[in-house]
Amino acid sequence: MTSTVDTAPEAARPAPPSGLVAVVRAPRWVRYALLAVGLLVAAWLPNGLYPAVAVDILCWALFAVAVDLLLGFTGLMSFGHAAFWGTSAYVTGLVAIHAGLPFPLAVLAGALAAAVLAVPIGYLAVKRTGIYFAMVTLAFAQLVYYVANEWRSVTQGENGLQGVPRELFGLDLTDDYYFYYAILPVVLLGLAAAWRIVHSPFGRVLVGIRDNPARARALGYPVHRYKLTAFVLSGFIAGLGGGLFAVGHRFVSLDVLHWTTSGKAVIVVVLGGIGTLWGGVLGAALVVRLEDWLSFSGFEAIGLVTGAIFVLVVVLFRRGIWGSVAAPAHRWAARRR
Amino acid sequence: MSGFAQNTFNGLVSGAFYALLALGLAVIFGMLRVVNFAHGAFYMLGAFGAYVLLTEAGVPFWAALVIMPVGLGLLGMALERAVIHRLTTLDPLYNFLLTFGLTLILQDLVKLRYGVQSSPYATPSLLSGSVNFGLFDFPTYRVFILGFAVLLCVAVWWVLTRTRIGMVVRAATERPDLTRAFGIDVGRWVTPVFGFGIGLAGLAGVLAAPMRAVNPLMGADLIIVVFAVVVIGGLGSIFGSVAAGFGIGLVQAWGEAYLSNFPIVSQTIVFVVMAVVLLWRPAGLFGREEAPA
Repeated sequence: MTSTVDTAPEAARPAPPSGLVAVVRAPRWVRYALLAVGLLVAAWLPNGLYPAVAVDILCWALFAVAVDLLLGFTGLMSFGHAAFWGTSAYVTGLVAIHAGLPFPLAVLAGALAAAVLAVPIGYLAVKRTGIYFAMVTLAFAQLVYYVANEWRSVTQGENGLQGVPRELFGLDLTDDYYFYYAILPVVLLGLAAAWRIVHSPFGRVLVGIRDNPARARALGYPVHRYKLTAFVLSGFIAGLGGGLFAVGHRFVSLDVLHWTTSGKAVIVVVLGGIGTLWGGVLGAALVVRLEDWLSFSGFEAIGLVTGAIFVLVVVLFRRGIWGSVAAPAHRWAARRR
Repeated sequence: MSGFAQNTFNGLVSGAFYALLALGLAVIFGMLRVVNFAHGAFYMLGAFGAYVLLTEAGVPFWAALVIMPVGLGLLGMALERAVIHRLTTLDPLYNFLLTFGLTLILQDLVKLRYGVQSSPYATPSLLSGSVNFGLFDFPTYRVFILGFAVLLCVAVWWVLTRTRIGMVVRAATERPDLTRAFGIDVGRWVTPVFGFGIGLAGLAGVLAAPMRAVNPLMGADLIIVVFAVVVIGGLGSIFGSVAAGFGIGLVQAWGEAYLSNFPIVSQTIVFVVMAVVLLWRPAGLFGREEAPA
């Protein structure tokens, strides 16, 4: 990976117009060390947390990374990603219930359905940029929500899909602790795929489009087609998370398609750090853990807290956790060079 | 025929709410480049405020119709000064997120205090009953809403096109830098315009109180439809937003009446129209093309 675009320190180039953090990479040993720490934490997680919460964190980590793929690396804020998360949750649930397939296949079917849905929505949405893109995706997600709500014969409406099985070649996965380790490989594959996309030539083009769409077009890149491809890939990864979420909860409710779910996914990414990929994983862990703690302590107005996090993060902490740590580290490294 | 007239009338009435909300969104967006997600929450606060004023202080509808828009407008101005203006120099996405967070907070505050059940609000006695226009009886209150909303839209249009303030606002909307270069203090108008937009949302809320169920979530689903409306009309165009508001109200009412075998239609038709508009005129029916991307 000796590409020419990824080594300039952040300070040396003008900030992208959207104010996003430029893609910078730490030295190799730092990256390997962080990877090792991340894998160790992932392997240890259900021992230190309630396993059901750990499972939720994994699902939301995929969701956050999917949203960041668009928001951080393509410059598109999807405010309707619940459509893909939720569609996959429903399709996964239906496939698992009616076909009795092993859960990874059901999740794959769900994620594929999400990706298929992402084609028309993405095709229409990429015609607009910026804030319009957010409004258009939000509106289409609401369309999906209404359809799911009305299509009771399939989705069971407000009762939700109940009894989604956790089938895997007869293994007993009813314990969340073992289920966590069963889905961990799937999640790691999804995260690796996101990393691979970002650091591929394709990902470089996406960042180029984010920073200067006019120049990308002038260079001959079909901007809309790149954005659409990113949108579909992102929908697929969000679908992986949503499908695992359905199997993890053994239940799918309309909440998975609600606009608050889309919003939560975005704030998880902003909290973790836009355009940092792994920041979203941190953000997911924090928000899921916090919400679990709040509901455990009987606090009902969770929206009050999530809303306050939104406001505080956006006003005071726009770089997010990962960005706040990474930017000074990069500056320090650049000064030593 | 009378059925058609009735559906058309009802469509225009629900369109009036879309139009008032879209108008506020468009004015705010024009001046601040902020898409205010909390617009639906302020609509809800308007309705809820009217309800609380009536039940806890005995304040009648007519007083609420003045108190709530002014009060919420002031709250909006305070909000603009306190947080929103800090983010206006950044990507508009940040203010979208900020107002999304505010929506969650406002909704949950009301939910905490009053629960999620819907509360009835009596139609003011002066406007109960119905008016006969020959074909059939129109509920007086709905006639009032429609007339009031149209009057308000015309008034806003008049202010924007015929007064000095309107001229400044339009100039600042189109070319903020150039307007500043002429020595006009654009910043001075930002906060009042934001308050005005919020006041419009509050007003729509008060108007909705006797007609629709008053509950903490009443604004949330509505605002997403209004977003679709402004995408259809073109958010940059104030006229387009209002026209699209009335138009979507009509299309919804007709869809509900003539495609009643498919209950899903009335809920989703606005999004279908949005999809068609995006295919045909991505910038919206009355919008101008953005810089190519």
